[in-house]
Amino acid sequence: MAPYESDDSTIEDEADDMRAGRRKAARYVVPVAVVGVAAATIGLVPAFAGSGDPDLPKVSAQQLIEKIAASDVQQLSGTVKISTDLGLPNLGGLESSLGGVAGGGDSSGSSADPSSKLLELASGTHTLRVAADGEDKQKLSLLDKAAEYSVIRNGDEVWAYDSASNEAYHAQDGSSGSAGSAGKGTKDRSQDVPATPKELAEEALKAADDTTSVTVDGTAQVAGRDAYKLLIKPKQSGSTVGAISIAVDAKTGLPLKFTLTPTSGGSAVIDAGFTQVKFAKPAASTFDFSPPKGAKVTEGDEPASEGRADKERHARPGNDNGNVKGNGEGLGKESDGPDVMGEGWSAIAQFDTGGEGLPSEGSGGGDAGRFLDSLGDQVSGKFGSGTVFSTRLVNALITDDGKVYAGAVTKDALVKAANAAN
Amino acid sequence: MSRAETADSSGAAESAASGRAAAARAPSPLWTLGLLRNELSTTLRRWRTIALLGVLAAVPVLVGVAVKIETSDGSSTAGGGGEGPAFIAQITNNGLFLVFTALAATLPFFLPMAVGVVAGDAIAGEANAGTLRYLLVAPAGRTRLLVTKYATTLAFCVIATLVVATSALIVGALLFPLGELTTISGTRISFGEGLGRALLIALIVAASLIGIAALGLFVSTLTNSGIAAMATTVGLLITVQILDQIPQLHAIQPYFFSHYWLSFADLMRDPVYWDDLIRNLELQALYAAVFGAAAWARFTAKDITA
Repeated sequence: MAPYESDDSTIEDEADDMRAGRRKAARYVVPVAVVGVAAATIGLVPAFAGSGDPDLPKVSAQQLIEKIAASDVQQLSGTVKISTDLGLPNLGGLESSLGGVAGGGDSSGSSADPSSKLLELASGTHTLRVAADGEDKQKLSLLDKAAEYSVIRNGDEVWAYDSASNEAYHAQDGSSGSAGSAGKGTKDRSQDVPATPKELAEEALKAADDTTSVTVDGTAQVAGRDAYKLLIKPKQSGSTVGAISIAVDAKTGLPLKFTLTPTSGGSAVIDAGFTQVKFAKPAASTFDFSPPKGAKVTEGDEPASEGRADKERHARPGNDNGNVKGNGEGLGKESDGPDVMGEGWSAIAQFDTGGEGLPSEGSGGGDAGRFLDSLGDQVSGKFGSGTVFSTRLVNALITDDGKVYAGAVTKDALVKAANAAN
Repeated sequence: MSRAETADSSGAAESAASGRAAAARAPSPLWTLGLLRNELSTTLRRWRTIALLGVLAAVPVLVGVAVKIETSDGSSTAGGGGEGPAFIAQITNNGLFLVFTALAATLPFFLPMAVGVVAGDAIAGEANAGTLRYLLVAPAGRTRLLVTKYATTLAFCVIATLVVATSALIVGALLFPLGELTTISGTRISFGEGLGRALLIALIVAASLIGIAALGLFVSTLTNSGIAAMATTVGLLITVQILDQIPQLHAIQPYFFSHYWLSFADLMRDPVYWDDLIRNLELQALYAAVFGAAAWARFTAKDITA
């Protein structure tokens, strides 16, 4: 590329160079075309795949609910994707350390303890695998990056195994009270996780009275299976729950997908559904577990820790779809039981912590107050003033005189309720 | 460097000589294989390549010895709490896990860096040493030379990965017990099946490098400086790895060539979780197609002055 080399081009050559340059440029059409085809494939394939809603005979909401109730799927294996977006502030590492403190904070401190994994599901997208063979063989695995957390129930043995830390947790089911509760803890976990959309569906249907409209909303393809969509909507205003949609497998009646959308719009708060499902008997080896050599095994003999797990479960806002009372219990463990104002979807739990309320900047709380203020919004009304802490599903108003109002309702509804109570 | 250049020019001379011989006959399809063999031996005989492979082979030794020393006092887990590269907690119980740990430890940087060096050097190195035009004097054609260079780089991907895996297997067998192993889903598989999965994982890891190999080859056609091409490729690698960690960019992250690299661990689940593995292979194929075509467009239209 020495400079003198370029001097020998004459004006005649320049025309040739132009043509040659165009020919050269034409070659770049190939990589650009490849990019274009790839982009078109990525963009269009999901659009085409999503357009084919299956043609199924019409059913009424009543028939569909009966179908769910009659569903008796004993054997299945599949992959479940759960996205939770509660709109909680992203706490990053704090979240996982909270999980460790809340769940594994007891003497055992095993990362394989089921309760220590609960908080992980409260935000983000997770992939789970479920397998079941009859009443007494179930397996639930939470897929992590290059690791997996499995809870396996085989007869009266319950194992939990965390491959990242090579730790296992073991409990005997059904023998003594404490072990029974440990087993229950594991089962609760699988209910707690919307991995079994059946439980969620039942929960949602329980609340179906004159406050709720339940309709069949067409059909959909879920995990390659034809499904009916059951749409549950609150009739009252003021609820943060926009709609709950449940896709029910047309053949087996098993709920395949559960979606909770907030009134505020945007992405779903909870979106849990099968991405793959098979109704064949899973391999027997799936449920066989013996801890690998050198794995640290924690025996689940502490009922206290399970009690804690249960409390945590109630305290998790994602879990109360209309079950506001549970939320109140979680928050108000130390105080009087909550009074429930209103009914159905816009029910608000009210209880008195009996304390001073939260420190805020105005009440001289200093730095701590300022920090809490930054997480919530200041509101005032007939009740005085207070702070509203909001997520996309559950809002809570904590007044300066220590009263707490919480529910799956909008901020305005909370303030109105607080005004009415005073 | 002088040694490498000597090797280059001798390789070029050889191919020029065989090129003359081939010009006398009609060029047979086997001639491409001859070119490939020639390229391979030239690449693998370079001191630079041998040093890179040596570094790669040393990583499992380092990890194995560190875990052995760490656990020599009887504590059972090396990476308690799940810290460190994937699978590290299980090495003490089964040496085969050292293969997976070593691949997980080298895949983010050491392996792609080695591939980036070889790929970046492919065309630009020849141009830098002044041997590219001699290579092209042989009736190989530019496209064929480019394909041969890419095939050589891909062969190096496989060799480099197998070097890591073999070294890890030997160290693991020497320092730790072998036997039945527990998959990360908690089920058991026999040692033989474990070995099979280890081989499959090594091949998947090698396939994960297809993308960066194509990218490096394209960069290599852009410049006449071998060092610049290597530095650009490795720089791109580091940049993409950093961008892959920034949560705000999650919308474009699935299109980074490194995004699904660690999905090879999904082969250790039971049953195997194929979704991310397939996505990884598709993405690598896309990178190979796009940057391979771009490299072809650039190289076949380029003025070869050196």
